[in-house]
Amino acid sequence: MASRIVLFQLILLLAAAGPALAADPPGIVPATQAGGDSGSFSAGRGEQLFTTRGRDWSCATCHTADPRNPGRHTVTGKAIAPMAPAVNPERLGDPAKVAKWFRRNCKDVFARECTPQEQGDVIAYLRSLGK
Amino acid sequence: MNIPVRMYPLVILVTATLLAAATAPAVADGKRKPSPADPAWQEECGSCHIAYPPRLLPAGSWQRLMQGLGDHFGSDASLEPQRAAAIEAFLVANAGRSKDGVTAPPLRITETPWFRGEHDEVATAKWRSPAIGSPANCGACHTQAERGSFDEDEIRIP
Ligand code: HEC
Ligand code: HEC
Repeated sequence: MASRIVLFQLILLLAAAGPALAADPPGIVPATQAGGDSGSFSAGRGEQLFTTRGRDWSCATCHTADPRNPGRHTVTGKAIAPMAPAVNPERLGDPAKVAKWFRRNCKDVFARECTPQEQGDVIAYLRSLGK
Repeated sequence: MNIPVRMYPLVILVTATLLAAATAPAVADGKRKPSPADPAWQEECGSCHIAYPPRLLPAGSWQRLMQGLGDHFGSDASLEPQRAAAIEAFLVANAGRSKDGVTAPPLRITETPWFRGEHDEVATAKWRSPAIGSPANCGACHTQAERGSFDEDEIRIP
């Protein structure tokens, strides 16, 4: 049940995408506030996950430790546009795309999928970054 | 549409540029065959590396690749089955010709005899230099690889 609520909030979070959110105060994601303990997302936890090394990599390996910077695929060398919506408004706007990349990249980094809670935390983190 | 006369040259220029961009065949290999494009392929197969043109591998190779996207050279590149099927159809329809051999179709362009032949002048150490990283990073040397063009006069080795 709790995980259902988190999932629902994650969907809300994604649905509420767009440049408007870039202006929200750091660390606060509107859809997360009503949820109480189980449902609240934390930018701090998101940042921690982002820089945690799994098998060989962390998210930061390709996206850099500051997601406002452009990154580089560590194997192929291809440039990756910044992840923070404040500097790259196209980010986090398409829920299907976000879900696809969480699924793939969490498996690459942690050898498992990330929970809805973890995904929400990372999104909260990315949204918390200003220009 | 009401366009002031003084704007005509601009309008013509813009139209001509758009037309040229839309109709110019993306240069294929040295032989300048037009390189077909497909939006789903471009998006899904051009995100982690350039979208490698279908003509660079035979149909059997693309089929093998598309069956194994869950573990794609150590990365998860999995796709929804329907989308994967559509991309596979595009790749197979535009694939290169296979050498009828007994060996399994290769998974890497960079391991084909063709690739090795074209690149025999590139020193082994060069491939792993920091600016290149991997032979699969075509764009490091082929400045127009993103467009599917590998012309000799566009090569700049970093
Ligand atoms: C999640 C990232 C990712 C996606 C998406 C992806 N690839 Fe790859 N691909 C890789 C990596 C990593 C390599 C290994 C590169 C290397 O060794 O330098 C690779 C290598 C390849 C190679 C071999 C290159 C060589 O060495 O000749 C082919 C062919 C290829 N990919 C085709 C595809 C196709 C077709 C798609 C779309 C269905 C696709 N890729 C989508 C990450 C990805
Ligand atoms: C280290 C730099 C480098 C990388 C990386 C590289 N190439 Fe090349 N490529 C070259 C050089 C050098 C030649 C030889 C040009 C010549 O014959 O003068 C060449 C030749 C070619 C040619 C023949 C061009 C012609 O007009 O004859 C093709 C096609 C080609 N490369 C495709 C690729 C593809 C596809 C990849 C990635 C999978 C790739 N290359 C990666 C440097 C590179």
